[in-house]
Amino acid sequence: MRLLYFAWVKEKVGRASEEVAIPENVATVAELIAWLKSRGPEFANAFEREHVIRAAIDQSHVRHDARIGHAREIAFFPPVTGG
Amino acid sequence: MIRVQQEDFDIGAEVAKLTGGRTDIGAIVTFTGTVRDHDGAVEEMTLEHYPGMTERELSRVEAEAQARWPLQASLVVHRYGMLRPGDNIVLVVTASEHRDAAFDAAKFLMDYLKTSAPFWKRESGSGGSRWVEAEAGDADAAARWHKRNHAAE
Repeated sequence: MRLLYFAWVKEKVGRASEEVAIPENVATVAELIAWLKSRGPEFANAFEREHVIRAAIDQSHVRHDARIGHAREIAFFPPVTGG
Repeated sequence: MIRVQQEDFDIGAEVAKLTGGRTDIGAIVTFTGTVRDHDGAVEEMTLEHYPGMTERELSRVEAEAQARWPLQASLVVHRYGMLRPGDNIVLVVTASEHRDAAFDAAKFLMDYLKTSAPFWKRESGSGGSRWVEAEAGDADAAARWHKRNHAAE
């Protein structure tokens, strides 16, 4: 699965995207965040205030309780500030 | 119609292209968002976005505006990349038979894209650089349209 990071989430994790094999017991976005935080200090730091981080599955906004299912692409980013 | 681009846009040319030759339009509303400096602290603003999702979100918001109001034409142009104070960021144009639909749809488009289109602003200046924080008021502005929607149902 492809993970994408934007804005300060990208800066903190130190990469814009990566391909990862997610453990089978990770079913929701919240569980994916918990798993990411266990991967290293840069992830623990980036997702420290995890309630402010927004997620998108296959380019649609989702809540943290959303199920990952057969997602191809999951993105994490701060609240948007365009316009 | 929606467009995401690095280049600047010309408001007059965009309106002419959108509505030129049509005689069924009675009201055209345009909104332009520009880079604002705070007391000389901002030298540059860089807009990052999520290619692919940005276009999807803008199209979704435009389709919702088209469904809610009798619009004859609409346009959203949003820039990304490096901008300077005074530069254009975003253009919304709505055209309708009557002004109320054009005004309301333009405000709806802006309120919605500010909370859903995946753009992030980073300001740089003499004091360093920082990611712009989302404002609670933006979410409130978008939420007001939810309430109106439910009230109308």
